[in-house]
Amino acid sequence: MIKITKPGLLTSVQDLGRYGFQKYGVITSGVMDTTAHRIANYLVGNAENEATLELTLLGPDMEFREDTLISICGGNLSPSIDGKPVKLWRSVLVTAGSKLKFGGCKTGCRAYLAVAGGFDVPEVMNSKSTYLRAGIGGHNGKALQNEDELSIGEPSELSRKIAKVLAAQLGENKFVEMQWTISSDFIGSSASKPQVRVIKGRQYDWFTTESQMKLFTDHFEVTSQSDRMGYRLKGPELALEEKQEMLSEAVSFGTIQVPSEGNPIVLLADRQTTGGYPKIGQIATVDLSIMAQLKPGDKVQFVEVSHEVAQQLYLDREKKLHQLKQGIALKIRQETK
Amino acid sequence: MKYTIEPLGDNSMIIELGQDMSHEIQQKVKKVSSFFEENKFEWVIETVPGFTTVAVFYDPLKIKTTTLPYDEVRAFLEPLLEKLEVDGDTEPRVVEIPVCYGGEFGPDLEEVANHNGLTVDEVIDIHSNGEYTVYMIGFAPGFPYIGGMSEKIAAPRRSNPRLKIPAGSVGIAGKQTGVYPIETPGGWQLIGKTPEKLFTPEGNTPSLLQAGDQIKFVPISEEEFQKIEEDAR
Repeated sequence: MIKITKPGLLTSVQDLGRYGFQKYGVITSGVMDTTAHRIANYLVGNAENEATLELTLLGPDMEFREDTLISICGGNLSPSIDGKPVKLWRSVLVTAGSKLKFGGCKTGCRAYLAVAGGFDVPEVMNSKSTYLRAGIGGHNGKALQNEDELSIGEPSELSRKIAKVLAAQLGENKFVEMQWTISSDFIGSSASKPQVRVIKGRQYDWFTTESQMKLFTDHFEVTSQSDRMGYRLKGPELALEEKQEMLSEAVSFGTIQVPSEGNPIVLLADRQTTGGYPKIGQIATVDLSIMAQLKPGDKVQFVEVSHEVAQQLYLDREKKLHQLKQGIALKIRQETK
Repeated sequence: MKYTIEPLGDNSMIIELGQDMSHEIQQKVKKVSSFFEENKFEWVIETVPGFTTVAVFYDPLKIKTTTLPYDEVRAFLEPLLEKLEVDGDTEPRVVEIPVCYGGEFGPDLEEVANHNGLTVDEVIDIHSNGEYTVYMIGFAPGFPYIGGMSEKIAAPRRSNPRLKIPAGSVGIAGKQTGVYPIETPGGWQLIGKTPEKLFTPEGNTPSLLQAGDQIKFVPISEEEFQKIEEDAR
């Protein structure tokens, strides 16, 4: 069991999302940075869809009531256990009574805390994700509050083996980190103006030539009106060639839509299921994690990529993630032989 | 059936069945949606109907292909969609929604009446005698986009949106009418409230309404409202 002693800015239980119910207007919810979430789960021996805690900018404080295998991936929110810094992107064994705290946000915007066995919260419509506005899923349908107690599920065979490897190295310490980590390919860059690849949206042709060009040549800033639902960006005004009314249709994770005032909105994990604004672009799935780690004030440069290339990038990345998952299991098997 | 297919993202596409909001296109949207529901292709994650479109979200890793997933799926779907025809109008499901009009449940009923030079009773009469079609569910869980409201009771959105509109509120915005399934902020003119739950996350189908349904609003008294609400508990 984990007890929350300070909730942080916005800490919620999320998995890869609630799919199959968008036709009823039920949003998908789920983690913002799927790559960091999946790797966090791999490192503790969980299935990749198991729920993690998504921490935002100012992380929570918590106390572990039992020995727990954890990993923290994504943005660096300065985690420390009983005053000692903890490394990101590693398997970490934490002993009962330890206190995990987060300091300032050094890189990125969101971190993912996975625990071996996952969080034992009920599934609502096949998902553990918190749907904040409807008050369902996750832990009581809400962001975590002070004094909340989170139960942990049954660890897998692999989880037990990872914990065993670490327990052998623990000694008198309160926690111990795995000596190896994952390839830096998976760890998002901390470039000051990251490039995010975008394919043309369904209404790209509705925009003026100048707007079409500026989308890919100018940069955009993430404004303070940005949250899990979407990021409002500030940059060159994007205008339609002529005013056109659009009937609402489905949108997707990473859709860039432009309301009439001309500032684009990037739709993210808590987006509505449908939208009625013209879509100038769609972020390539492989680059959504970069977008999800931007915080207000950060800048982004969109780079055009074809639909074909975006698909190929996705297939290649999935292959690499699959290899990473296999690699972790193989390494643990060798070390526990 | 005439259609176009275009990518939405790198793992989704949109099948467009026309340009305008009409009964005919609505029937096509319904037909294509049921085509996917009946076939249960294992690479389909879900489909989402719009006014004139059906979006298909798929898992590229479940598509065996020597080319790219989108090309494969498109080539597979095209002959099937071409053969698909709306075989006469299928009888829509009719859903009755009881509404208690006016009073604290419908604080803007009088304003809607004044705006249109009608009495409150006339507004209730026109609203509850309309024939309404659910075009799609979106905006909020279980929220129906409804077509078919008489322009005689149209009213502009409130200039000062409310921060909290209670679940079940029935409202008018421009030429549209709708029901709020969950508490949200909003600018609609509220004319009444239903005790019926439009969003039930614990049920098998989380939404009372589905695209293609027909709605009948049935006026009820405050006593009937309370009785229905208590019975549901």
